Amino acid sequence: MNTLFDKIWDAHVVNRIEGGTFQLYIDRLYCHEVTSPQAFDAIRKRGIGIFRREKIICTPDHNIPTLHQDLPIADPVSKNQVDALSRNATDFNLTYYPIGDPHNGIIHVMGPEYGYTLPGMTIVCGDSHTSTHGAFGAIAFGIGTSEVEMVMASQCLLQTKPKTMRITVDGTLGKGVTAKDVALYIISQLSTSGATGYFVEYAGEVFRSMSMEGRMTVCNMSIEMGARGGMVAPDEVTIEYCKDREFLPKDTDYNTLAEKWLSLRSDDDAVFDKEIHFDAEDIKPRITFGTNPGMGIAIDEVIPAAPSEEKARASFEKAINYMQFGEGEKLVGKPVDYVFLGSCTNGRIEDFRAFASIIKGRKKAEGVTVWLVPGSKAVERQIIAEGIDKIISDAGMQLRQPGCSACLAMNEDKVPEGKLCISTSNRNFEGRQGPGARTILASPLTAAAAAVTGKITDPRSL
Amino acid sequence: MKEKFNIITSTCVPLATENIDTDQIIPARFLKATSRDDFGKNLFYDQRFDAEGNPIPGFPLNDSRYSGKILVAGKNFGCGSSREHAAWAIHDYGFRVVISSFFADIHRANELNNFLLPVTVSEPFLFALLDKVTAEPATEVTVDLPSQTVSCPTLNLSEKFDIDPYKKYCLINGLDDVDFLLSKIDDIKAFEKSHS
Repeated sequence: MNTLFDKIWDAHVVNRIEGGTFQLYIDRLYCHEVTSPQAFDAIRKRGIGIFRREKIICTPDHNIPTLHQDLPIADPVSKNQVDALSRNATDFNLTYYPIGDPHNGIIHVMGPEYGYTLPGMTIVCGDSHTSTHGAFGAIAFGIGTSEVEMVMASQCLLQTKPKTMRITVDGTLGKGVTAKDVALYIISQLSTSGATGYFVEYAGEVFRSMSMEGRMTVCNMSIEMGARGGMVAPDEVTIEYCKDREFLPKDTDYNTLAEKWLSLRSDDDAVFDKEIHFDAEDIKPRITFGTNPGMGIAIDEVIPAAPSEEKARASFEKAINYMQFGEGEKLVGKPVDYVFLGSCTNGRIEDFRAFASIIKGRKKAEGVTVWLVPGSKAVERQIIAEGIDKIISDAGMQLRQPGCSACLAMNEDKVPEGKLCISTSNRNFEGRQGPGARTILASPLTAAAAAVTGKITDPRSL
Repeated sequence: MKEKFNIITSTCVPLATENIDTDQIIPARFLKATSRDDFGKNLFYDQRFDAEGNPIPGFPLNDSRYSGKILVAGKNFGCGSSREHAAWAIHDYGFRVVISSFFADIHRANELNNFLLPVTVSEPFLFALLDKVTAEPATEVTVDLPSQTVSCPTLNLSEKFDIDPYKKYCLINGLDDVDFLLSKIDDIKAFEKSHS
């Protein structure tokens, strides 16, 4: 009567420490340039080496420019951080994919593309969106830099065991409703802290009929309701996706692996600490109106009234004021300044296909800046192979090069102060896309509708 | 950054806003450093300073009435990004305790790994404390880790708080997880052997 989470967790417990702390074995550590340098330094300072170098994959993504990647990074501080990752990976003899390498990309996009992420694994990275990899039926979660150091030193972490939550969404999604809308809907129902302390399993027809890309979008956003991670049990969709990936284990034949992975599921009588059910029919295209991902509405709804409790009300009003919106206001029809398609949430091939389906035969609206950033070199190659790049250029838009880009604006892709951006990324925090930038989170379809109309537009109307 | 944690008595800085995310605590553009030092000067940067770098009046960290080693913050403190830079910035600024009614998981762990103590209190306690500290900045609060109590004598309020026993032991003795894990390498090798 175990959950999928329990089964994978139990299979990775090395020791149980007094109280509720477990020593957990980690199968995969991903490293990007922002959260790893201090961990490498600490390993050096202790005079120890890296315990299992073959389990670590490094690639830069946060700081890298999305144009002219063949040239050196112009910002010296960004360059220094990317150079530090390169130097550290060389010094410690780790797998490293530099800018421009065919394997380079946002680490949560590239990892699964090459079979570095597989069902049943424990996966960590100094990045909260590590939850993405749970789409494969893995325990994947973000950690701090001190914890990155722990994994480098011992391939283990000391963790308390989270509670389990199952979110079941039954039914069939309507036209124009995507995995992103499902994620934004769930977060708005649970709030930005509603799953804190929990690890989520997504179940039901909606997730079963989702592609791996869609499942990754949903699991990616798990952290936005506070969950450490989210997961979907492996099925034929998972097996088909993982097949023939470049770095699959070479010593076991694929049928044997697939058989093992398909057995990874919650028992029928498994007991979760919390069970939540939603109906697909209730989910429409979603947008956010505030400064956390839980502050969301269906695209045709109005901004709700502020809560009555004094401190909650003050926080709500601060958010609405930052966004320059008001209670009861409708957002459809509002002019937008920027559109961003990309990030570890929505930077995969399916997202570009969705975006292209709307802009095909249409033109970019005047006055809107559109940033289209593939999640990885592999996604970029696929965009070109499918002719999506042609649709993009015909619409008067430009395909950029892979990276995290305007999701958190560590490179030069910053939304200027006061400008409104429809973004397929994961966070609408104050200043997230640049100081003073105003962010509305949405699906690739809704982003595309804004790109061609210049306004917040229900994609179902196009 | 190893230090030992015991009992702290201090005035507080109140920050009543809820859902303070780690992008607010330390904006992403300040994450480009490769060392752990000096993040304190950029703590809450976009709330503390305007576009010209002038302090924004009214933000509690810019209000000379408020100071101390304890930050009292609205619920769901530290949500969002896993950036440990947020904990480094709070610690480097001079705080040793953050009191809130609710912490995000990753940030909470990051605080503990940096000898910054997250103290979770009930919502009534938090609201009373925020109101008191805001109105009377000289109010002192005592956080006693060994007995796991947080108290405010002038409010006549005291509460027990939870902490994992292992983490408590580490904080009081100035130990970190890497020391512990390195002592378990034989267990780890045995685990690998039995799972290969």
